[in-house]
Amino acid sequence: MSKAAELANLIGNINMGGGGVNRNVIINGNMTIAERGTSSTGLGASSGYFTVDRFKMVCNNTAGRFTMTQDSSAPDGFANSLKLACTTADTSIASNEEFGILYRMEGQDLQHFKKGTSSAYPTTLSFYVKGNASATYVAELMDSDNSSRHIGATFNVTTDWTRVEITFPGDTTGTLDDDNGASLDLQFFLHAGSNNTSGTLQTSWGALAQANRAVGISSFFDSTDRTFFITGVQLEVGQNATEFEHEPHERTEMKCYRYYFASSTYTLALANAHSTGYSFRQERTQQHVMPVRMRSSPTATAVESVKLLSSGTITLHANTDHIVIYPSAHSGDLPSSEYWYGGYTADAEL
Amino acid sequence: MNITSAQYTAPEDTLVRTIKATIDGVEMFVPLDPDNRHYAEILKQVKEGTLTIKDAD
Repeated sequence: MSKAAELANLIGNINMGGGGVNRNVIINGNMTIAERGTSSTGLGASSGYFTVDRFKMVCNNTAGRFTMTQDSSAPDGFANSLKLACTTADTSIASNEEFGILYRMEGQDLQHFKKGTSSAYPTTLSFYVKGNASATYVAELMDSDNSSRHIGATFNVTTDWTRVEITFPGDTTGTLDDDNGASLDLQFFLHAGSNNTSGTLQTSWGALAQANRAVGISSFFDSTDRTFFITGVQLEVGQNATEFEHEPHERTEMKCYRYYFASSTYTLALANAHSTGYSFRQERTQQHVMPVRMRSSPTATAVESVKLLSSGTITLHANTDHIVIYPSAHSGDLPSSEYWYGGYTADAEL
Repeated sequence: MNITSAQYTAPEDTLVRTIKATIDGVEMFVPLDPDNRHYAEILKQVKEGTLTIKDAD
């Protein structure tokens, strides 16, 4: 894109209330943050967040299996991508099968879309993709506040990095809730059964029509040769795609922490220990403050490093801004010379 | 989401009450917050009759 065209697009979006800093409502669109790990194998049996932050894998009823990686392959100007590699094919596709990448957004971050008003703005989705061979998939926006209204568009993948730009018209029906709940879903359909493919692709905003969601797509699970790479995901107000909004690593990281935080090891400790090397004493409870306030009270998971407990274990209680650890089997101090050291994860994903 | 066990960590009306649950094979402490997706799923499965939350020890 020429600089003149880029400037014209940006001005066009600014005139629609978009453009500028923070125009991209997608967090971690360049796949730089991967708190859960950089690779996860044997996936496909259930949905979940596995590697790069904020991007959830949707796996429903498929026998296909895959590896998910934060990969170093990326177009110029990017260092990372999300890579999927098929490890078990599934060529007998049942009607209820569904596989794809899901990104969920809070309604309070999308009020400037003016969705559900007569002056609803168009939004433009852009991203870079490539694969092992040509394929066609669907990108969809779904409004989970208003009976799953949705709109979708196909896009093509080749063996080279390709930038995809899709402009969705504004939706004058259904306002998005101004709260911390999931309001808008961006989903990339990579494999689906007839429940999602037997109709006509819904390319205008409309009521939920399940059969019209993923029409015309290839199947990611058609071969164990199949790969899919994506990065530079951006969703912005306006009818023009602008350059991906790069931001400092620290800023993306802090945004991700609102939804998931993995502490360092030895962040939490309970100890009534006099053993060599374990002189720290915190015998009843300890508290750690989160780096940012989380979206909701998170699910907490202990990541144990070392322990010596004669009975019971530890209990965690997390709120939006802090976590508390206490021994599960002792109302008072830990017995002498006993300890638990470790970290934690806090999950407030949508 | 495969939830194989769920038990309150403290009696009712206790300030630090959570649900200790095994979800997809991992032990987790789930807050009683309807905006939390794990708690929402626990409530859904309890309503469907496929999961019971045990009282605290």
